Amino acid sequence: MSDSAAKPRPQFRNISVPQILSYRLPLAGKLSILHRISGALLFLCLPLVIVPLFAASVASPESYAQIAQYADNVLVKLVLLVLIWGYLHHFCAGIRYLMLDLHVGVDKVSAQKSAGVVLGVSLALTLVFALKLFGAL
Amino acid sequence: MAATNYGPKRLVVGAHYGTIDFIVQRITAIIMAVYTLVLIVGLLVMPAFTYENWKALFTFHVFALPVGQLLATLAFFALAWHAWIGVRDIWMDYVKPVGVRLLLQVLTILWLVASVVYFAQILWRL
Repeated sequence: MSDSAAKPRPQFRNISVPQILSYRLPLAGKLSILHRISGALLFLCLPLVIVPLFAASVASPESYAQIAQYADNVLVKLVLLVLIWGYLHHFCAGIRYLMLDLHVGVDKVSAQKSAGVVLGVSLALTLVFALKLFGAL
Repeated sequence: MAATNYGPKRLVVGAHYGTIDFIVQRITAIIMAVYTLVLIVGLLVMPAFTYENWKALFTFHVFALPVGQLLATLAFFALAWHAWIGVRDIWMDYVKPVGVRLLLQVLTILWLVASVVYFAQILWRL
């Protein structure tokens, strides 16, 4: 018992900001930080973009039609697409976390596989919205 | 504090250890996911994507009950509560000074309550 005091045990702390870029996260880790980023993004845009957009879409036929005019701008399209990605990613990754809570796919191999599936599905759905938004569909 | 603060000797005071928040985070997620499915079904059975039909998704009545508005309101409350827990977790993970963290948490609550009121007054004016 007394020996353990002599040998200092390794300490693991949060990585610092310059370390973030060189830190290689597994796919599930990337999914996790994207879940956090997309959630924060949706939170910030809630009263700034999302609720005003909803307001315009339901207030009157004129304001409803005006959305299409605003969305002619490429910058507006990009903002909308980022928010659409945020929602889709947060939704898909959230379903995965609920499954993990139910002890479905907790082992390493299937957890990595489901992380890939979530990333693939959310990006594919985002692509569908992008094609629709930019008029290719 | 006692030397052994875990297991049966754990000092049970002061906090609820986040269990309620853990459960609320998941229940509100399920509520929002179900509401998303409700909206998707609504969009699928919609004869045409017009202003009137879109608005009806949020204003439809069942036996004089404003079900569309009620569902949207409940989903939005779930959203706000879910966002509160999530954003609070971000502050707790990355912001260590207690004063700054408290300020950010207060601002988060104001941001979310303002969003709820803003959404509700648009929805219930329809």
